[in-house]
Amino acid sequence: MRVVRPWMRLGKSASTVFGFLVVFFFLVMAFIGPFVAPFKYSDQILAERLQPPSAKHWFGTDALGRDIFSRILVGSRDVFLVAGSGAILAILIGLLLGLSSGYFGGLLDEAIMRMMDVLLAIPPLLLSMVILGTVGPSRVNVVFVVGVLYTPMVARVVRSVVLDVRTRGFVEAAKLRGERSTYVLLREILPSVLPPLAVESSMRFSYAIFLVASLGFLGLGVQPPSPDWGLMVGEARTWFSQAQWILLFPAGAIALLVVGVAFMSDGLRRMLLPEVVNAG
Amino acid sequence: MDKHLSRSDGISVLEIRGLGVAYASESGQLETVRDVSLKIGRGEVYGLVGESGSGKTTLARAVVRYLPRNGRISSGSVLLNGIDLLRLSPAEMRRVWGAKIAMVHQDPSAAVNPSITVGEQVAEVARIHLGLSRGQAWQKALEMLAKVQLPDPGSMARRYPHQLSGGMLQRILIAAALVTSPQLLIMDEPTTSLDVTTEAVILDLIRDLLEGYETAVLYITHNLGVIANVCHRVGVMYAGQLVEEGSIQQVFKHSLFPYTMGLMGCVPRIDVVKRGIHLNTIPGFIPRPGEWPRGCIFAERCPIVEDACKDTRMPLVERAPGHLTACRRWMEMDQVHLAFGIKDKVRPELNRAPGSTWLEARDVKKHFGSRPSWLTRALKRESAIVRAVDGISLRAQAGSTVGIVGESGCGKTTFARCVVGLEQPTAGEVKLDGKRLGSTWAKRSPEILREIQIVFQNPDASLNPWHPVGTSVGRPITLRGKLPRSELDLQVRQLFRAVRLPEDYTSRLPNELSGGEKQRVAIARAFAASPSVIICDEPVSSLDVSVQASLMNLLAELQASNETTYLFISHDLAAVRHLSDRIAVIYLGQIVEMGSAESVFAPPFHPYTEALFSAIPIPDPDVHQERIRLRGAVPSAMHIPSGCRFHTRCPRKVGGICEDHEPPWQDAGDDHLIQCHIPLQQLLAMQNSNADPNAVSVSAEP
Repeated sequence: MRVVRPWMRLGKSASTVFGFLVVFFFLVMAFIGPFVAPFKYSDQILAERLQPPSAKHWFGTDALGRDIFSRILVGSRDVFLVAGSGAILAILIGLLLGLSSGYFGGLLDEAIMRMMDVLLAIPPLLLSMVILGTVGPSRVNVVFVVGVLYTPMVARVVRSVVLDVRTRGFVEAAKLRGERSTYVLLREILPSVLPPLAVESSMRFSYAIFLVASLGFLGLGVQPPSPDWGLMVGEARTWFSQAQWILLFPAGAIALLVVGVAFMSDGLRRMLLPEVVNAG
Repeated sequence: MDKHLSRSDGISVLEIRGLGVAYASESGQLETVRDVSLKIGRGEVYGLVGESGSGKTTLARAVVRYLPRNGRISSGSVLLNGIDLLRLSPAEMRRVWGAKIAMVHQDPSAAVNPSITVGEQVAEVARIHLGLSRGQAWQKALEMLAKVQLPDPGSMARRYPHQLSGGMLQRILIAAALVTSPQLLIMDEPTTSLDVTTEAVILDLIRDLLEGYETAVLYITHNLGVIANVCHRVGVMYAGQLVEEGSIQQVFKHSLFPYTMGLMGCVPRIDVVKRGIHLNTIPGFIPRPGEWPRGCIFAERCPIVEDACKDTRMPLVERAPGHLTACRRWMEMDQVHLAFGIKDKVRPELNRAPGSTWLEARDVKKHFGSRPSWLTRALKRESAIVRAVDGISLRAQAGSTVGIVGESGCGKTTFARCVVGLEQPTAGEVKLDGKRLGSTWAKRSPEILREIQIVFQNPDASLNPWHPVGTSVGRPITLRGKLPRSELDLQVRQLFRAVRLPEDYTSRLPNELSGGEKQRVAIARAFAASPSVIICDEPVSSLDVSVQASLMNLLAELQASNETTYLFISHDLAAVRHLSDRIAVIYLGQIVEMGSAESVFAPPFHPYTEALFSAIPIPDPDVHQERIRLRGAVPSAMHIPSGCRFHTRCPRKVGGICEDHEPPWQDAGDDHLIQCHIPLQQLLAMQNSNADPNAVSVSAEP
């Protein structure tokens, strides 16, 4: 029987391929955006304010005469940098908390998980506004906020896998031959945590993009003149009745990337957790 | 014995002609059932037996046209009283389901709707298919519940599934299946998920009920004993094909197909002692769908294979009246006897002086919920105490096997987990070579931990799916002391050879191995720590019969060469007897009978042991078993009955004394202890009057 490799299953679904392509495109732009963009993102050509899409300005220009297409390309760097770092921060802290909470159990588990519950109980936008209002808006602070907000979800996923795996025979066998806790956690349990964690990570990333954009829109995130997509949408509100494209293109970019990441995460789930899909 | 005579009167209710089923998979069409033909007459119980993957469930699903979406019937026809089911429209098929064909599934708790009362689930069938009114249907349901011998049908019908035990639920399903007096009843392993005592009661019920119906029954199981007990005729399936068919007498006594013969030899028998016999095994594996050989499907594993077998496939041919076989060399079956060594191979006697006590458990108790969590205490909630293990003491001599047997929920696994330290006992202690061990694994030194290893029941969960199996086996060796890579490899390969696995398997991942192979790796890993004690927690019960046999042989051999002490835990009396020197019978967390394997298996028995024996389905149609049946299910370990714990179900209960006083230990001699109020002489007399003592309440008729 021919064994079908997991990654070959990826290519079978059109939506997954689409998702990976979109993410890949924006990821590349995050690196080379400034070099391929037709204009500099901060160049204000006041003579060409509020231009509709044309051959020169594909996505038109904004109220300060900046090329929207270039700003979107360059802006993808901020998206990946801020939302990506935030998601990574959440994943690292969540992994650590989830592993120790699930494995050691008892009072430690209670303490960690109740703390997570508290974080989950507060509306995320409210919490981030409070934090950013206190420490002030900046890239680093937004990363910190995303990290704090999304840690509980990651910790829960990790903990649930650990709770399941730690009663399996191979973990008990490891304890019974006298392995240290670190070996049991890292070599026996961690591998089983990674596939669901990968799926959860991509979902966290897509939510982080949303959150960062929302914060930008509210003016609490990345500050002007950075070409942050959420910020661009926020700035475009004033001009919407005259120039819809200023708002539509950055909003479309957000939607496209979020959908792309969601499709990718769906494909990852199908590849890494086939039993979940089959059971469902 | 007329029950084994075919009651078929020539008209077949179900006729399957040349049925083939294929599944669409990632690697193309896979044939899983090929060219199966069979007939079942009115009132006939047709047993379909085969190991997992032989296609028996697929066949049943094809008959009712209920295949998964990627399955399709590739050839043949299915006739129900002359009507081709495969040509019916879905709407017509719906009128057949439930009314003309009913099905009883393996897992009763998954087959009932948890949010509807069980009475309503039976009444529903009567309303839809018999067109009865609500009131009439409810009456019909009560009638059916009485028929399947549920006590107090009136109140039982108003209960929800979670309030009933597995055995009771299976009765409900049987009741629902028989409401319409269907023409065909398909039973797919209806007793496999039940305890052996419950199974016996359900099998009795099925046998008695079917007497009164004209229903044709297709009974699917992997258990040869069950087939011998309830069926009239039997078909043996192997890799999607029917290889032999005949009456129970014909197939069990004069088998004409080598596979059937091998399968019979694999079943451990309760009338043979440990040292006496080596179980037969069938070498090799069932060929996978898509890898079927051109010739005879069994050729690769057959001891009497010849070149012609490999070239062409024999159809099923009638060689004796009503007895069909697909073997071209059916005349030479006696050679198979020789090849499979059906003449009992005697295992080498261990020249071991009666050793000293090596492992000792003293009054081990494990009560769950006895130490409420801080939250429960803070909220002043009352916590229920489950007395899973309630004072078990036993000793194992070095190099011997102590078998622990009991129904599910009796606490045998919890006891084992207390011994290895995976659970902290509430009371009691475990000693190894006279030294008291820490109460949990965390309190034991690595050196002590290595002395006691465990082989788990579920081979899928016992190996890390992400580690190559060679790494899993090598790790305990590395922990014993750092070795150069080449030396480690050598030792791992040695262990793989010892458990009869190809050496190049070391680099495989667990999902590339079969269940039996995984369990071999798990055994190798246990031995890699070079322990003095191995606890085998139902190590073979999730595996097929032929695989079970080879693993039990392997365990016996490894014990002989390593002088390891075993605690062998199982619900299967025959398996326990096969491997054990001493046996402890457990009921509700306590030992009720203990002694050498020979003495426990001969009267006087504890009434519970006696019932366990009489419940085992024996794969021999000539054996007559005493019918001793237990009422109800094991009581919950939260509400343990007073006095003798067994009095609620005991068929030999003498009276008030059983309810009020804990019975004394009586010594039947030779270290054989029984906890019962009935004097041993009296027990012996009662049990001897029922059965021949030498044949273990089993007697063969000439």
